[in-house]
Amino acid sequence: MSTSPLGRTALHDEHVRLGARLTDFGGWEMPLHYGSQIEEHHRVRRAAGMFDVSHMLAIDLRGQAVRLFLRRLLANDVVRLVLPGKALYSCLLREDGGILDDLIAYFLAEDWFRLVVNAGTADKDLAWIIAQRDRLAPELAVQPRRDLAMIAVQGPEARASLWHARPQTQAASEALAVFQGAHAGPLFVARTGYTGEDGFEIILPASEAVPLWRDLLAAGVVPCGLGARDTLRLEAGMSLYGQDMDESVTPLEAGLAWTVALKDYRDFIGRAGLESRTPRFQLAGLVLRDKGVLRAHQKLRSTHGPGEITSGTFSPTLGCSVALARVPLACQPGERVEVEIRDRRLQAEIVRYPFVRMGRSLLPD
Amino acid sequence: MTVPTALKYTESHEWARLEPDGSVTVGITHHAQDRLGDLVYVENPVLGKSFRKGQECGVVESVKAASDIYAPVSGEVTAINDELSASPEKINQDAYAAWMFKLKPSDPGELNSLLDAAGYQRLIESEA
Repeated sequence: MSTSPLGRTALHDEHVRLGARLTDFGGWEMPLHYGSQIEEHHRVRRAAGMFDVSHMLAIDLRGQAVRLFLRRLLANDVVRLVLPGKALYSCLLREDGGILDDLIAYFLAEDWFRLVVNAGTADKDLAWIIAQRDRLAPELAVQPRRDLAMIAVQGPEARASLWHARPQTQAASEALAVFQGAHAGPLFVARTGYTGEDGFEIILPASEAVPLWRDLLAAGVVPCGLGARDTLRLEAGMSLYGQDMDESVTPLEAGLAWTVALKDYRDFIGRAGLESRTPRFQLAGLVLRDKGVLRAHQKLRSTHGPGEITSGTFSPTLGCSVALARVPLACQPGERVEVEIRDRRLQAEIVRYPFVRMGRSLLPD
Repeated sequence: MTVPTALKYTESHEWARLEPDGSVTVGITHHAQDRLGDLVYVENPVLGKSFRKGQECGVVESVKAASDIYAPVSGEVTAINDELSASPEKINQDAYAAWMFKLKPSDPGELNSLLDAAGYQRLIESEA
């Protein structure tokens, strides 16, 4: 553990004032919950909640060669980003195909892209990107944007809540498709998120964060912590860097093959490494059929061999425990596995994930 | 939240209450539930089973973490609170009302080795 002081976002004092239980996350002192993480979870599924996600780092890349550079840097292909404001989820790979981080790339202008990366990996990512820039496109400017804050507003009522709190954002954000963003005054509003619900992620100058947070609070949006963020993303089948993936695995082993653009010949960093490796396992969804709670690092047995849970929790929406797990490639949905929890062996079923989408269970009966 | 003075406490955050019939009722403290967050699963000991003082005899799990429950005194399990298997959140709502199980102590003198309210208060302040 690092002994350097924890980072604090522009909203830190708001969290303290709201009675948040704070925790160290990726070197940042962030809200875990504001009382009950299960209540916060339900509010996002049923109405609207907001998350301070300013610990994530926005990195701006500027210059004429930026699109070409990102086609080398990222496993997904930014050639898909045609409309300004469009976003793309991608892995950042090592040469050997291991995952350095997962991120969202925004196409803002032909000479301006923005990457949003995880907090715990931000320094490593920045060093990697600068090293690749120096090698491949030395004229590009790489700017970490710690002057920006980020607020995610999520849930079926999230968009209407923002328009209520900030009517001037409605015209710019009303017609946004999923994974599309637009500038609305000082705010950049994108229809993205990490909950499996509709909503926005808003990138804005740090000095604007407190007024917007307070306006959203007044509009009835409930503040939510990292606890609810984790149960929501896991129900939505979204991976967490450092748990479901890391440098030791490839996107093909982490359920992220859909994010790797291999169709066209494109020489992105990690492609040769990926193509020379045979996947060792796959990421699968699990539902616990017995009572208990699945957790990361629990071992499991399938008829095809052993496996291990990478993320597990109690699902507030489903009322049972769900998990993501590394299982043998031969495993199929519908098969039973045994999970070792303390001295017991519990029955779980392999299922397709996401487990929950737009407030509804996707589990087989 | 005050620490009830009528109860005894362990360093592992169980509370214990000596009943008029000589049995000892066991639960987890308000401080323990607060640290764990929303509870979602309670695994009580099996009725009739005996435990030594300090032995693992159950588990409570929150969304965040699992935490073992240790027998505050040696004895046999004479009752369990079944309500908690369907409604573990009752511990969050009132940790001192939502008891987990009762023991028939094999050595009632062991209760004297537990912390009193003032001692437990000092313990949680030192952990803060």
